[in-house]
Amino acid sequence: MRDTVTPGEAAIHLDHVSKVFGREGSGAAYRAVDDLNLEVRFGQMLAILGKTGCGKSTIFNMIAGLTEPSRGKVRVAGRDPFAEFDWFRGKMAIVFQSDRLLPWRSAVQNVELGLEMLEVPAAERRVTAQMWLTKLGLGGHENDFPHALSGGMRQRISIARAFATNANILLCDEPFSALDESTAGRLRAEFVRLVKENGKTAVFITHSISEALEIGDRIVVLKRPAKIAYDVSFDGATDAEERELIRSRIGAVLAA
Amino acid sequence: MSETAPPAGSSPSANAVISAMKRLGSSVLPFVVVILIWQFASLFFPRFLFPSLIDVFWRCLEIFSSGAMFADVLATIFRILAGLAGAFIVGGLLALLMVRQRAVDDFLSPILTLFQGIPALSWVVFAIIWFHGVEFRIFFIMVLTTLPAFTFQVLGALRGMSKDLMEMVLSFRPTRIKLFRVMIMPAILPDILTAWKVNLGNASRVVVVAELVGATGGVGYQLLQQQQLFDMAGALAWTLQLVFFVLIVQGALTFIENAAFRYRAVSERSI
Repeated sequence: MRDTVTPGEAAIHLDHVSKVFGREGSGAAYRAVDDLNLEVRFGQMLAILGKTGCGKSTIFNMIAGLTEPSRGKVRVAGRDPFAEFDWFRGKMAIVFQSDRLLPWRSAVQNVELGLEMLEVPAAERRVTAQMWLTKLGLGGHENDFPHALSGGMRQRISIARAFATNANILLCDEPFSALDESTAGRLRAEFVRLVKENGKTAVFITHSISEALEIGDRIVVLKRPAKIAYDVSFDGATDAEERELIRSRIGAVLAA
Repeated sequence: MSETAPPAGSSPSANAVISAMKRLGSSVLPFVVVILIWQFASLFFPRFLFPSLIDVFWRCLEIFSSGAMFADVLATIFRILAGLAGAFIVGGLLALLMVRQRAVDDFLSPILTLFQGIPALSWVVFAIIWFHGVEFRIFFIMVLTTLPAFTFQVLGALRGMSKDLMEMVLSFRPTRIKLFRVMIMPAILPDILTAWKVNLGNASRVVVVAELVGATGGVGYQLLQQQQLFDMAGALAWTLQLVFFVLIVQGALTFIENAAFRYRAVSERSI
């Protein structure tokens, strides 16, 4: 069940990547990621699973180009996301753990944000933003400010904001962890459907085994400091018995 | 089973009118009390101590209607606004540099703190010694006295911006201009308006000191004339010109705040 991809096929490629916070070698240094190798195919939905503090968010930030690796190479679509930050405008979108909506913008203006960066004309971006809000069940709330909306609605706006730019690579950092299980379940199903329908590559960070199994077609389990402890791929053909086997294996790896 | 009709006069519109009247009454009441006390005192004290407010009213009207005198009021207003604008622009730029470069912050912070400790009157003396032009002197004094507050307030606002929101906006790879327009400006605007409100009060006090000593026109200069004539009604009338100006600008800033920050949630329970 080990996933193998050649670098040429990789949407995301991490080559011997390490990240140390603080001065390396000093007592205060903290090694968040240690010599990590990881490749993600185009169109793949990768769930990265691990306990709190195992370096998931650091990997996420390095792929997003928000953090520079201390060692090794990070490549997204063959380019360095940190050094070539602007090249990724419109090519990568992020759904964060909290909705991170701009409080001074209405729902529709928040969804338009990424499109504004892409210089999409105002009328066109309004149509696109409204279309995504409607798709996510928020028709009629276009002009509401974030403070007037529930947590689930706000998170749906942040998903709409990410999808509106039509970026090929989606990065999601535990986007449903702050929601109640019923809302999270519904949004998760919507999210998977949208990713599949639109042929996106998605990296989904989570600490829930059930969520990883529900979302990913590949799961990577990390152990502190961010090293791959288990890597498994599956698809629709994987039966329930095999999924249970994967679940118990992941549980054992996390417990070890 | 019995039905009770709502008491007459308790309809929502009537309640709104009553509460508006109450609000108006509570904001006007303090002024009415002060006016009455002053007017009462004017009956028992000599005119040069407590002139009748009717005299003051006529003096105010005289200032408004006389072109030459109103030009003095306008000159003072222009000096305040020019000084504040200059300090805001310079302070904003300094704050941007300080937030971007730690070394600039380390260098400028102690200097600005030192400036904060220098009294406005000292700047007036320095300006008179250093410069010849009256207008430049006053501009210099206004900028130097309000610059540290503007800089520190903008710096605080820049540092207080949400890191999460900034990261979210950066994830869309904005240009510098777009980042400023979409994220930085709306995030720091509440602090900027507060800074203007605070510095407006300071500036209106400082400009009078500057004009009192170093100018040949303006409200401060006119106050000096009234002091030499022992004319309390005149002194009060000229002072009220500045008070009216500050109230008008504060009102305008509050109007901008109400319009620009309508996105804010309002709690039903106040702190």
